[in-house]
Amino acid sequence: MPAPTPSLQPVPSTPDDDVALLAGLQRGEDAAFETLVRRHSPAMLTAVRRILRNEEDAREALQDAFLSVVKAIGSFSGGARLSTWLHRVAVNAALMKLRARLRRPESSIEALLPSFQADGHEAVPNEPWARPAHELLEQEEEREFVRRMVDELPDSYRTVLVLRDLEELSTDEVAHALDATPNAIKIRLHRARQALRARLDRRYRMAAAP
Amino acid sequence: MDPSITCRELIGFLADYLDGALPPAQRGEFDRHLAICPSCVNYLETYKATIRLGKSAFCEPGGAPPGDVPEELIAAILAARRKGGD
Repeated sequence: MPAPTPSLQPVPSTPDDDVALLAGLQRGEDAAFETLVRRHSPAMLTAVRRILRNEEDAREALQDAFLSVVKAIGSFSGGARLSTWLHRVAVNAALMKLRARLRRPESSIEALLPSFQADGHEAVPNEPWARPAHELLEQEEEREFVRRMVDELPDSYRTVLVLRDLEELSTDEVAHALDATPNAIKIRLHRARQALRARLDRRYRMAAAP
Repeated sequence: MDPSITCRELIGFLADYLDGALPPAQRGEFDRHLAICPSCVNYLETYKATIRLGKSAFCEPGGAPPGDVPEELIAAILAARRKGGD
């Protein structure tokens, strides 16, 4: 049996730590770069994994992100927190990878969108859920279920949901990153939320409760 | 004239409604529809719960990111920088 892959725990940092680190980076010190990688890569890898949902792609995106950091660190002014800037660099690296993937055909979500009668009223009345969101979130089993339902959305919908609702990028930022119009992103986000709602509804609606 | 919007219209513009992006007159129509349509109220509430669940299910309790960066990946990043600097 192969030995388990060693892993690193995130190294806690304060803004003051990062000021000293930045000075070292801008002088091109090897030790400063290694500290940067060890301190900030856990959070950056989490962000790119969330967007790409593919370990190989996520690792490549993290490497790309640090190459971008090496090139751009000289022009980093310190106006933003270092961690915020690194997070954005990582998200951009993930988006670069994602663009190519989004050109592939993917499955439809039409069956997960609401259906209506000819007069515009809902075909099937909606019911409340048996438990409030805050209660569901207390259980890891339910959190895992929600993550799985998000992961199973087609890439183009899952990506917009992750970037807008999780990463909290603006509509314009997502539109720019994905080479789409802001209106197209708004529509895709709404449909992604609707599709996710439909999947959660099957489990959580009153009638489904034991 | 029917002053009320339909369920289809309400659900179609739900994200704008929640973002506060609707003009006041249209928002008033939404509110009047919601006052008489329990099904759309349920849709609205479960849509909001979906957003909250989606956001929070990916956050670790306590806010700490999972620390899981394999050592070989760290080594590859450090090597790529050295190679780039040669």
